[in-house]
Amino acid sequence: MTFLRALTVAAAAILPLPALAAVEIQEVTSEGGITAWLVEEPSIPFVAIELHFEGGANLDAPGKRGATNLMMALLEEGAGDRDARAFAEATEGLAASFGFEAFNDSVSVSAQVLTENRADALALLRDALVSPQFEQDDIDRVRDQVLAGIAQDETDPQEIASATMARLAFPDHPYGTQLEGTRETVSALTRDDLVAAHGAALTRDRVHVGVTGDITAEELGPLLDELLGALPESSAPEVPEAEYALAGGITVVDFPTPQSLVLWSHEGIMRDDEDFFPAYVMNHILGGSGFASKLMTEVREERGLTYGIGSFLVPRDLAAQYMGQFSSSNDKTAEAVQIVRDIWADVAANGIATDKLDAAKTYLTGAYPLRFDGNANIAGILVSMQAQHLPIEYIATRNDNIMAVTPEDIARVARRILQPENLHFVVVGQPDGLETGPLPAPASDG
Amino acid sequence: MRLPIFAAALALALPAAAQTGDDTVTTFTLPNGMDAIVIEDNRAPVVVHMVWYDVGAADEPPGKSGIAHYLEHLMFKGTDDLGPGEFSRIVEAQGGSDNAFTSYDYTGYFQRVASDRLGLMMEMEADRMRDLRLDSDDFLTERDVVQEERAQRTDSNPGAIFAEQRRAIQYLNHPYAIPIIGWPQEIRELTLQDAIDFYREHYAPNNATLIVAGDVDPAEVERLALEHYGPIAANPDLAPRVRPSEPPQLVPRRATMEDDRVSNPYVIRTYLAPERDAGAQEEAAALTILAQVLGGSSQTSIMGRTLEQEEGTALYTSAFYSGTSLDDTTFGLVVMPVPGRSLEEAEADMDRMIAQLLEEGIEDAQLERIKAQIRASEIYGRDSLQGRARNYGVAITSGLTVEDVQEWPRILEAVTEEDILAAAERVFDMNRSVTGYLTRPEAPTEEVSQ
Repeated sequence: MTFLRALTVAAAAILPLPALAAVEIQEVTSEGGITAWLVEEPSIPFVAIELHFEGGANLDAPGKRGATNLMMALLEEGAGDRDARAFAEATEGLAASFGFEAFNDSVSVSAQVLTENRADALALLRDALVSPQFEQDDIDRVRDQVLAGIAQDETDPQEIASATMARLAFPDHPYGTQLEGTRETVSALTRDDLVAAHGAALTRDRVHVGVTGDITAEELGPLLDELLGALPESSAPEVPEAEYALAGGITVVDFPTPQSLVLWSHEGIMRDDEDFFPAYVMNHILGGSGFASKLMTEVREERGLTYGIGSFLVPRDLAAQYMGQFSSSNDKTAEAVQIVRDIWADVAANGIATDKLDAAKTYLTGAYPLRFDGNANIAGILVSMQAQHLPIEYIATRNDNIMAVTPEDIARVARRILQPENLHFVVVGQPDGLETGPLPAPASDG
Repeated sequence: MRLPIFAAALALALPAAAQTGDDTVTTFTLPNGMDAIVIEDNRAPVVVHMVWYDVGAADEPPGKSGIAHYLEHLMFKGTDDLGPGEFSRIVEAQGGSDNAFTSYDYTGYFQRVASDRLGLMMEMEADRMRDLRLDSDDFLTERDVVQEERAQRTDSNPGAIFAEQRRAIQYLNHPYAIPIIGWPQEIRELTLQDAIDFYREHYAPNNATLIVAGDVDPAEVERLALEHYGPIAANPDLAPRVRPSEPPQLVPRRATMEDDRVSNPYVIRTYLAPERDAGAQEEAAALTILAQVLGGSSQTSIMGRTLEQEEGTALYTSAFYSGTSLDDTTFGLVVMPVPGRSLEEAEADMDRMIAQLLEEGIEDAQLERIKAQIRASEIYGRDSLQGRARNYGVAITSGLTVEDVQEWPRILEAVTEEDILAAAERVFDMNRSVTGYLTRPEAPTEEVSQ
C-alpha cells in the first residue's frame, strides 16, 4: 500500500472545506413577549428544548450558599397538584425527560418530549418551573443527597483541586466557593430560602430559549407563553464584579494517592474581547482537544508522563481564567509541571509555527459543522449563542472569524494572554519535589 | 491475464446490499469476509466511520493482560505509509475527530468527519488493518502512557479498585475476571512482540465489521469499501472464539474494602446472569426490565420508592444489567444507606426488596410506564448517529445479528410480569453472587495493651 501517502496528501489538499449544515434559525416571539430561537427538524417525532436563565447560583443570598443548587434539584420533586412520586409517574408515563442544573452564571433546563404527547409533557414542565411544591419531606431528602455529594467531593482529587483553585482565585466572590454550598450553609437552608432562590433564578426577563425538532414556529409561540408566561420579572440585586486575585506559585494539597492531579490557572480573556478568536485558535494549538496539541505531544506522546493533558479558556460572565490540567504519577509530576512552564514561556516569547496555525484553522472550521448533529445539540447551541449575546447570523460567519486569524494575531495574543510568571499550579497528591510556595526559578539553560 | 479479470468480475458480482427490518439500515459482506452495516441519516452532512474487531481483553493469552488495549493505543503509532500520530493529524486536518475503545469482547476504531471524507477514512483504516509499523521507542513511551491511564482511571479511585477486585472473584475461570486495562505487573512486562503477535492473529477483514452511519448512499459505501477494504486478504488461520468457561458457582462470595477516601459507604451485589444470545434474547429482555422495576427510578422503582422515599433509609439505590455481552454477564444491585445506617442493615434492605418483588409482583401501571419509555427510546435514539452505530457494533461483536438488534424492542415489549418474576427467581441465586461492602476505616479507638 505504498500509494497511500501520495494519495492521502493529494486528497487532503484538494478537498474543499465541508459544507456547513443548512441550519435555518427562526426567531419566534410569543404574544406574551418571550423570544425563542427555533430550528425545525420534523424527521423524528420529538422536540428538544433548552432554557438558560442568566444569574444562576451567583444570586445566592449572603450566607445561603447552595440555595439555588438545592432549589433546582427540587423542581421535579413535586409540582402543581402532584407530589414527588405522582410527578415522576406522570413524566415516565409520557416518556418525557427533564433536566435541571445550576451553574454560577446561570441555571439551565433541558427537556425532550414526544410529539404524540407534547402538550401534556410541557404542562408537567410548566408546573415544575412555575409551581414547585418544596414540601419539607422532599427538601430534607434531597438535602441529604446534596450533603452526601458534598462529603464525596471532599475526598475527590478533581473536586479538591477545583475548589482550592476557586478559593484562591476569587476569595471575595461567589466564584470562590462551591455552588453546592457547605455542610453548614446547606444544613441551615429553609423552605423560605428555596422559595426566594426560585423567585430570583427563574425569571422571564432573563431566559433564553432554544428549540429544535418536530414543531413549527406557529405551534411554538403559544407554547412559550404557556410554559414561561407565569414566571415573575427579575428583582434580585446585580452580582458584584469578580476580581481575579491569584499570583504565580504552587499550592500542594496533601492527599494519599499514587497520582497527582494538577490544575493550573492565570487570568484569561472574556468572550466579548476582540482577541477572543485569535486566543481560541492559539489555545487549540497549545493545548486544545485531540492528540495534536503541543502539550499532548510533548508531555504524553514524547515523554509518557500522563494519559491526558489540555488547556482551556474559561470565560465566565464576570471574570475569565485560562486553565489547564493533567494527572501524573507522584514521581513524575514535578517534571511535567516544569515542561508546562517551559512551553508556556516558549510560546509567550516565540509564538507558534505557521504550519500549526493552518492545521488548526482547517480543524476548527471543519469540526464546527459536525457539532450540529442531533436535536438536543442544536438546541444547546441556539441557547448558548443567545447567552453569549451573539447575533442570529453568527453560525454563517463563525468560520470566517477563524480563517481571519493571522500569524501576527497569534504572536500578539500569545504575548498578551500567556503569563508564565503568573501560572499557579494546584497539585492534589503527594508529588515528589514540589512544595507550596512561589514558583521555583526556572533552571538555567547554561 | 485471465485470472485477475476473473477475480475482478467475481468481486463485482456481489450480492446486492440486503435490506433489513429498519429501512434506514442495510448490510453487505465483502468477498474477504468483512461484514458491513450502513445506517442512513441525511439530516447533516456528517458520517461516522467505524471498524469493530471481534477481539477484546477476554481474548488475550494468559499472562498478557492489557495487550488488547495496549495494541489499540499502538494503532495510532504509524504504518508503512503513515508516521506516528499522522493518522490523527490527517483526521484533524479534515476537521474530524477520531478515537478508539477496547472492551472485553471488542476493539473499535472510529472517525467522525464530513461525509465527503469517507473514502479517505477507509483508506487509512484499511492501511492500519495489516500494515502497522512499530518502533521500540514509541512502544516504551506508550507503555508509560498506559500505566498513567491505569493510575488515573483505577488506582486513584477506590470505587474502581473495588470493582476490579469484585470482578476478579465473580468469575472463577472466565477471563472477564481480568481488568480490561490489565493487571499492573503484567502491563509493565508487555513486549513489542506480544503486540505484534496479537495484531497479526486478530486484525483481519474476516474478523472485522465495518459500520458507516450518516449522510451516505449505501451503494457508494459498498463501492468505497470494496476499493479500500476489498484488497486485504483474509486471515485463513483465524481461530474460533472460544474462552475458558465458568464452572458451576456453588458458594456465595463476599468482599469488604476499607479506604479513607470513601465518604458514603455502600453495599453492592452482583449475580452471574445470562446475556443476550442470537435468536434467544427473551431471558435477557426480562432481566433488562427487571433492573428497571427494581432500581430504574429513584421515585417509582421498588427500591427507590421504598428505601429512598417512603422509609428514608437509603441515599441512593440502583439496579443494573447490561445484556450485550459475548459470555455470561452480571445483574447488580446497589444500596447506599443514609448516614448512621450500617451496611448490614442496607444489605438486609436489599434482600427485603427482592423478597417483596417476588411476593407482591409488579404493578401493571409501573410495567406500562417502563414500556412507554422503551418505545420512546427508539424515537429518541434515532437522534444520535454515533449511538446508533455503536449499538450495532457492540451487538455484532457480542455474537448478535442485525436482526437481533432490530427485534430487541419487540422482544422487550412482549415481556410479561410472569417472565420478569421467573427471571428474577433464576437470577437471584446467592451461590452465584458476590456481595461487596465498600466502606471507610473506623475512627481509631484507644486500645488497651496488656
